[in-house]
Amino acid sequence: MRRIISVLMENAPGALSRVVGLFSQRGYNIESLTVAPTEDDTLSRLTLTTIGNDHKIEQITKNLNKLVDVVKLVDLTEGAHIERELMLIKVKATGSLRAEIKRNVDIFRGQIVDVTSTVYTVQVTGTSDKLDAFVHAIGEAAVLEVVRSGVSGIGRGEKILSL
Amino acid sequence: MLSGGDMVIRALQDEGIEHVFGYPGGAALHIYDAIFRQDIVKHILVRHEQAAAHAADGYSRATDRVGTVLVTSGPGATNTITGIATAYTDSIPMVVISAQVATDKIGEDAFQETDMVGVSRPVVKHSFLIKHASEIPLAIKQAYYIASTGRPGPVVVDIPKDCTDPAHKFEYEYPKKVKLRSYVPVDRGHSGQIKKAVQMLLDAKRPVIYAGGGVIQGGSSALLVALAKALNYPVTNTLMGLGSFPASDRQFIGMLGMHGTFEANTTMHHADVILAVGARFDDRVTNTPGKFCPSAKFIHIDIDPASISKTITADVPIVGAVDSVLTEMLALLKDTKESPDAEAINDWWSQINEWRARHGIYTESRYNTDGNMIMPQDAIKALHEATGGDAYVTSDVGQHQMFAAQYYLFDKPRRWINSGGLGTMGFGIPAAMGVQMAERDAVVACVTGEGSVQMCIQELSTLKQYNLPIKIICLNNQALGMVKQWQDMVYDGRYSEIHYEESLPDFVKLAEAYGHVGIRVTKKEELKAKMEECFSLKDRVVFMDIMVDPSEHVYPMLVAPNGSMRDMWLSKTERT
Repeated sequence: MRRIISVLMENAPGALSRVVGLFSQRGYNIESLTVAPTEDDTLSRLTLTTIGNDHKIEQITKNLNKLVDVVKLVDLTEGAHIERELMLIKVKATGSLRAEIKRNVDIFRGQIVDVTSTVYTVQVTGTSDKLDAFVHAIGEAAVLEVVRSGVSGIGRGEKILSL
Repeated sequence: MLSGGDMVIRALQDEGIEHVFGYPGGAALHIYDAIFRQDIVKHILVRHEQAAAHAADGYSRATDRVGTVLVTSGPGATNTITGIATAYTDSIPMVVISAQVATDKIGEDAFQETDMVGVSRPVVKHSFLIKHASEIPLAIKQAYYIASTGRPGPVVVDIPKDCTDPAHKFEYEYPKKVKLRSYVPVDRGHSGQIKKAVQMLLDAKRPVIYAGGGVIQGGSSALLVALAKALNYPVTNTLMGLGSFPASDRQFIGMLGMHGTFEANTTMHHADVILAVGARFDDRVTNTPGKFCPSAKFIHIDIDPASISKTITADVPIVGAVDSVLTEMLALLKDTKESPDAEAINDWWSQINEWRARHGIYTESRYNTDGNMIMPQDAIKALHEATGGDAYVTSDVGQHQMFAAQYYLFDKPRRWINSGGLGTMGFGIPAAMGVQMAERDAVVACVTGEGSVQMCIQELSTLKQYNLPIKIICLNNQALGMVKQWQDMVYDGRYSEIHYEESLPDFVKLAEAYGHVGIRVTKKEELKAKMEECFSLKDRVVFMDIMVDPSEHVYPMLVAPNGSMRDMWLSKTERT
């Protein structure tokens, strides 16, 4: 099962490599990974998506918690949560394709953020599934370049991950 | 105001560190100059940095102090990696201070530069890279705190040369206490879970206590004995746990696992409740996890939550320090009106005693004693006798290690010092060196083989320099015995790369060349007298080169793959 694990860790040198190293060392998968400082500049927030059965996920969270740099973590997929990923995608846009792509962008509530006479650069945000669907809708032949941010997530309602 | 180099040594003094095992070099020169200008912290100059790490490890295992290593950058640092990994796998506290090239050189492939924090990352509990001299006191304080608390382990502090520069001085204050928001080791276990565990133990018909190295590291041997006595339940130890329960006690059923006793493995297999204390269900214990102890419920006490339900799912997991959990269990047992089912426990003991009598290695000799050759088991028994069973015994890795584990009956914790998890050949001599440095008056023996001993044999020189009179008991079977055993059993006797032809050194002369005493034993009837002679030479290092039966195997041995714990080879021809 796919899980989104959100980690609050010390914004210290080497902290990220310890997290990433743990995954390769113990043979766990990382599907995506994002990390950036938080409003408290001593802390970083790292969000990763991984796939595994309950036993594997339990081991992943336990071993992450063991890292001295990790302050707190939560498996967002255990409760209601909001998941977002941002994609910038460059697509061929010539002739009749231009209108077709514009329609698709509107349907997916994306934005065209850069335009040339032959290329649109589109920004789409949403769940990873939605971004996959957009790529599919555009058609692989038209896609020139895709860059995705990796998943960020936050719990719904009053639940917060903080010190 | 102190320079960074002086801060390192002052911090060690303030931490109460008496001994540092190390080796100097370019990037560490400022720190070594600080060592020269004081005489509180004593430095032991090893002959290879790997040995510094093993010595510090042995020092930690034999005491409740934390072994310390000091090395230079590059090869000095990387040479410690095997030693750090050995300590990491066995959860041994250690602090390794490695020098690093100057900050402005880092990343430039400078002379003797390696990314020590990166190289050591998978085998340390934590590591620090110093960015400024003023960080040194806190980092060292935190390093000792992290290394010695929770599930212990090695911590690296990497210090660039410019941060130790004597020309730059800064305020020095050694923190009295340290607290990390991101590291809060557990102490007490969940009392609800502990209650449940006690009830499960009281209801058991076929219980067994399976105790590991965590009991020793957690200083809880006395509590374990008290619990076992209160319940009258059998106790088995892991390789790492030997000595946590007295081997000469009636309730001790021997080591379990790959080369565990028949009675211990069979008892585990048939148990209905297993209390695992500070043990981690390692693959050398469980054999095939799917066939492991089919009718048992598991209570698992461990300080590390990640150890629980990793390979075997715990029915009652208890995350906590072994001492506090056992104390709470004992209190509950004292207060309860219930007691174990005496009849069931009696029947269980009758069954266990029947197993003991049938194939137990302590009931009678299960190996051939009729031949002319010295049997390795008899060498260990002679060692036990000559030392009154009260020596610190370190070992290397292989058959001799298993014979020592089986036949040197350890009655006290911290006396059996071996690389159980990583299985590091070359561990024995330097570890013994560390033990002897920590316990100057103790009798320290290193059980080894002619293969392992050559992996860190250069330390014979260090032993001379510091007058550390360890006794080296080399079971010389002229081949890599454990590999040979597997090649006999699994590869139809195709002995691939296990012999040295005529190249083995004359160990007696070698010992003498290093200024020690060498004794060769070739005859069965002289074993006892020569062993006594060895231990009568109290102030000397003695290398006992004991020529043992080269064809002997270690038994029992679990049948793998796909075996359960009751599937064992009992001899070359006999299987359960």
